[in-house]
Amino acid sequence: MKDLRTQFFTQDGVVKAVNGVSFTLNEGEALGLVGESGCGKSVSALSLMRLIPQPPGRIVSGEVWFDGRNLLKLKEDDMRKVRGNDIAMIFQDPMTSLNPVLTIGRQISEALELHKGMDRSAARKRTIELLELVGIPAARSRVDDYPHQFSGGMRQRVMIAMALSCEPKLLLADEPTTALDVTIQAQILDLIKRLRQELGMAIIMITHDLGVVAGIADRINVMYAGYIVETGTADELFHNPRHPYTLGLLKSIPRLDEPRKEKLVPIEGLPPDLVDPPPGCPFQPRCPYAVERCVPENPSLEPVVPGHRIACWVDVTGSANPQVELAAQAV
Amino acid sequence: MPSTTTTRPMHVPTSGTAVGELLRVDNLQVHFPITRGIFQRQVGTVRAVDGVSFAIKQGETLGLVGESGCGKSTTGRAILQLHKPTGGSVRLQGKELTTLSGEDVRRLRREMQMVFQDPYASLNPRKRVGSIIGGPMKIHGVGDKGERKQRVQDLLETVGLSPEHYNRFPHEFSGGQRQRIGVARALALRPKLVVADEPVSALDVSVQAQVINLLDELQDEFHLTYIFIAHDLGVVRHVSDRIAVMYLGKLVELSPAEELYQRPIMPYTEALLSAVPIPDPDLSEQRERIVLQGDVPSPIDPPSGCRFHPRCRYMTEICREVEPPLTDYGNGHFAACHHPLNVDAETLRRVEASEKLSPRSADEDATPVDPGKGRSQPVPRIPDSR
Repeated sequence: MKDLRTQFFTQDGVVKAVNGVSFTLNEGEALGLVGESGCGKSVSALSLMRLIPQPPGRIVSGEVWFDGRNLLKLKEDDMRKVRGNDIAMIFQDPMTSLNPVLTIGRQISEALELHKGMDRSAARKRTIELLELVGIPAARSRVDDYPHQFSGGMRQRVMIAMALSCEPKLLLADEPTTALDVTIQAQILDLIKRLRQELGMAIIMITHDLGVVAGIADRINVMYAGYIVETGTADELFHNPRHPYTLGLLKSIPRLDEPRKEKLVPIEGLPPDLVDPPPGCPFQPRCPYAVERCVPENPSLEPVVPGHRIACWVDVTGSANPQVELAAQAV
Repeated sequence: MPSTTTTRPMHVPTSGTAVGELLRVDNLQVHFPITRGIFQRQVGTVRAVDGVSFAIKQGETLGLVGESGCGKSTTGRAILQLHKPTGGSVRLQGKELTTLSGEDVRRLRREMQMVFQDPYASLNPRKRVGSIIGGPMKIHGVGDKGERKQRVQDLLETVGLSPEHYNRFPHEFSGGQRQRIGVARALALRPKLVVADEPVSALDVSVQAQVINLLDELQDEFHLTYIFIAHDLGVVRHVSDRIAVMYLGKLVELSPAEELYQRPIMPYTEALLSAVPIPDPDLSEQRERIVLQGDVPSPIDPPSGCRFHPRCRYMTEICREVEPPLTDYGNGHFAACHHPLNVDAETLRRVEASEKLSPRSADEDATPVDPGKGRSQPVPRIPDSR
């Protein structure tokens, strides 16, 4: 993905949802997109699939190269072949993503007939195999059930089966476990991990939960106000976070693997208004380390160590800037 | 059976003496009828809350955790009499609430208020902030118009908003700010007890921490007692003094907060804790995760014996047949399990010895218990104030 910009043209003005996002994803790799609501993580994924509602949304510029083709330049017909076939997506809410008046078997085999040209009985057979693959008990009889007859966790399994039906090379998972209970979340995350190993597909996992990405992603992009502010391997990012926003996020969650803190350290203030973003670095108004330079100039994403890049004028943990240390003490 | 409670060393520091006790819930039951047909014939019962007992000390925070459908929210609402309990008792400072008339309950709501999960749905979009927060005071006839306005503006300041926000509408605020408005409304009548039902789950993490800290500060300032209902075990651990774990309408473990995380006794708690994703790639790799199989069963037809047994990896014959009572393992740590974890041999001996004194021993219960009797069994074992 190269310099993607997606904007929404609304009555209140232009919402700059994604502001020049670039990243690469290798075959079989798992990438985490992390950030809070409105940071542009879902819009990036939807832009990649060309599923941005148009109007009001528009991909203003950028390129998305997938297997040697620029997806943003494809004809709608060709794009439809890519969707579901090469790139599949699972969504947060498994109830609204399934059609309530069709049996789940019908919904999965439809994709098989459409993309793979299977006949009805072959598609049905494959559907049952897929349901078994994602761990639905008694798949043979449940294939004729309707979505409301499944629990939330089971519906998400159905969604995953549907996404996998055409053996995609890339799976986009947009908050796949957010609507689920923790014990069910653990089941689904295990399933995604297992399937990735078995099928060797690449994954983009979009979530606000740092715990979820830690268990699954090889690399992580942290997003804020439509920018990637930090990117690195999961190990680097969690053990050596360097952008003030990432640091703030990690500090503001109560963690089970650490002793209980007397007080949480929140990030003060509110996420910026994307119609009228603050000048310079978008995080600057909430940043405890902000210096003069942060207001007029927005930093670009620069490497700090190989494979680890941040968009920040102040390398918080790296430098021995006295001003930084003062700010660090204040936090 | 009540005799056994006296033979047991009852050291329940947090439920304390009767003096500091604010709320006591005894064998609370909330059942919802399932009706069918034009005559609304009752065809079944959802046992949303089925025999829950605990006591809360003044100034304490009790965390109530469990998965969706475990009855934690229903418990919270039943305490405030927003759902009429089917059985059991709820006493606020010794005063029984379940038998009060509607008018009396309304009067008592001054003492107990609620903060809701969804900051978007819980504020009337057509009312101004001033009348939302001032509403409870108006209903209860507190002060005159001018005094109320002053109070609301003070409250706005207390929860970290500006008094100038008095005339704004809810849509002008972000989720975190709206939740602050919800908190201010709950505090308007200076309640003693606040039931907070998932107050931060709809918020972004960076804002979540702000609201948690606010609740914390307000507790100190107004000497509030919280029942904090949440599914996020990290958040609950941070805010709670004690934590109650619920599963399918039952209280399965009750413990001082830190102890629950160090030394869970009930296998469900163990599994729940291990399922929480940890933001550290190495740890999440190394850590043993217990992935529970299957879904939470339906509260319409809960499993026999221990309700957790179909998903429990320690399950044996007895679990299928006998419902384990909520047992005191010392230090204010209670759990309902036939195969308790993390309990040393001596404690186990002591618990078993006192169990023998109980007229209702495990053998007698070997047949599936009849709902009325068997489910009321844990009552005398609740943290006692004597």
